[in-house]
Amino acid sequence: MSGGAQDQAIRTGRVTRTFIYVVLIFFALFYLLPFFIMLINSIKPLPEITGGNMMALPTDPTIEPWKSAWSTAQIGVEATGLKPYFMNSILMVVPAVAISTILGALNGYILTKWRFRGDNLIFGLLLFSCFIPFQIVLIPMAMVLGKIGLAGSLTGLILVHVVYGIGFGTLYFRNYYAAFPTELVRAAMMDGAGFFRIFWRIMLPVSGPIAVVCIIWQFTNIWNDFLFGVSFGGLDAQPVTVALNNLVQSSTGVREYNVHFAAAILAALPTLLVYIVAGRYFVRGLMAGSVKG
Amino acid sequence: MPFLDIDNVTKSYGNVEVLHRVDIGVEEGEFLVLVGPSGCGKSTLLNMIAGLENITGGTISIKDRVVNDVHPSKRNIAMVFQSYALYPNMTVGQNITFGMEMHGIPKPEREQKLAEVAKLLQIEQLLARKPGQLSGGQRQRVAMGRALVRDPDVFLFDEPLSNLDAKLRVDMRTEIKKLHQRLKSTIVYVTHDQIEALTLSTRIAVMNKGYVQQLGTPKEVYDTPANMFVASFMGSPSMNLLPATLREANGGLAAELTGAEGQQIMLNLSQNGPNLRSYLGKPVILGIRPEAITDADGVDRNAKNTQALRNMVHVTEPAGSDTFVETSLSGKACIARMRADVDVHAGQPFDFVVNMDKAVVFDPETEDRIVD
Repeated sequence: MSGGAQDQAIRTGRVTRTFIYVVLIFFALFYLLPFFIMLINSIKPLPEITGGNMMALPTDPTIEPWKSAWSTAQIGVEATGLKPYFMNSILMVVPAVAISTILGALNGYILTKWRFRGDNLIFGLLLFSCFIPFQIVLIPMAMVLGKIGLAGSLTGLILVHVVYGIGFGTLYFRNYYAAFPTELVRAAMMDGAGFFRIFWRIMLPVSGPIAVVCIIWQFTNIWNDFLFGVSFGGLDAQPVTVALNNLVQSSTGVREYNVHFAAAILAALPTLLVYIVAGRYFVRGLMAGSVKG
Repeated sequence: MPFLDIDNVTKSYGNVEVLHRVDIGVEEGEFLVLVGPSGCGKSTLLNMIAGLENITGGTISIKDRVVNDVHPSKRNIAMVFQSYALYPNMTVGQNITFGMEMHGIPKPEREQKLAEVAKLLQIEQLLARKPGQLSGGQRQRVAMGRALVRDPDVFLFDEPLSNLDAKLRVDMRTEIKKLHQRLKSTIVYVTHDQIEALTLSTRIAVMNKGYVQQLGTPKEVYDTPANMFVASFMGSPSMNLLPATLREANGGLAAELTGAEGQQIMLNLSQNGPNLRSYLGKPVILGIRPEAITDADGVDRNAKNTQALRNMVHVTEPAGSDTFVETSLSGKACIARMRADVDVHAGQPFDFVVNMDKAVVFDPETEDRIVD
């Protein structure tokens, strides 16, 4: 599907090409600079940061800040490190991503292959959830969670993220399945397969690329979410983003910048990993169906 | 009651009726072709038989069982789709046996039927491949295999050859015909290709604008088209439809036409019934197939009523096996189909011979053929 893209790229002269690469490399370095600073400072002992140049390479590298960030740093009132909150995040993000992706796929399947009167209207309404700012729903959502007894729990957070994720999931899968030949569904129907069997045996096996896109998108959004986490996480279900904030904001004692840097990288690591592992499918999936043939 | 009975079937989308009271009975073992231009309702009718579209009015029954409200999978039918609709994630073997699996047929039996069908269609070496690795013709075979293996009461084909290139299409056409002769299965086949319709079918339903224009054997449809639409749709090049006036001549009836240079031409008709007689002195449309207009040597030996006609040749088109010659009659282009090596030149007059046994006459108002 993406094979022809490079062949069709416009041929450019050597000078233009050099210029393009110089610009691209400059911006790549510019973009990577903050990460570089975080990395080198996370392995310096604290005096090296406070007393010296932030840009300098570490003279006496140590992994103590990382250990501290993970298991002993003071977060809020307890010295637990990021570890329990990291676990919270994983326990929240895995089911939330799984459920919202599956629901998105089901919605896409229904909206394209089991059309009904008003389906486009429903799709349009679902799309609204992609564009409603988080802040608007905070209070109504808090009330709902309180009413159903899920306030301050991981389950409540999962529910919130699933509800928010359905919109994007549906958007992705609907557009992907719209290009999927309806004759296949009809053939399966005549072969005697029912609604779920067609979904499971015919649609899902070819949904790889778009599922990857959806998973990366949902994972990144849910993992990085701070607002819902801080509003609905209570004390027991705080995700790692909230913990990171509490770590950096805690006003007692010395500010351990090296620990902060290490913690920030730790908190960002899973999304980075997901993108590295599945990233090549991401672009492929986003492009899928946009070009015929 | 016919094996497959389409009884007074209509289809509407909202207030728009797209199929009007279609009445077709298909006997067991028949090969019915639904043919017509795009938008004539042929695919809609097929989908209604398949159960993929609702039936607005009338009934469809298979083997004396009304299937209007029966789910597609319970009608005991199988369908070959235009795009083949092979499941891309399954191997050829899995594609063919998927239906049996869904119907809960045990694995040994599935394997056995798969082997039979694969042998019949000569796709044994392809069973482990995915559809993406097959050529168009191979996909076509697999799609047919998927239908065959079900052993259905009725096979439905939705333009199965239209995605193949010209040569392969002819080969597969022959193969489908052989398969039908061998299996004696009941088939409903949709196509817009009139040659496919003529070569494959035992009966043809020519459709246009949601009406069945004519239902009959290929010979009936070709030789005695019910109206001008059928006459021009079936056959390539299509039938010459020439404005004429009906006259009395030599104790019979004749069509009066004008030649390319304004000369009067009288063609005696074989037909002399009272119905046609009532058109005396009135305009009619004379229909003559291109192959009924030849030179003196190319005349059908069994023809009883042949007539000579001298007229100007406008264009000659040698097509290998035949030469098409264009002249004009009554101001209309008129195509003649001749032997390949006929001595005919553009811009010169030529002595045509018309086989009037094959001529038909239409009413210019209703466009229906005048019978008797």
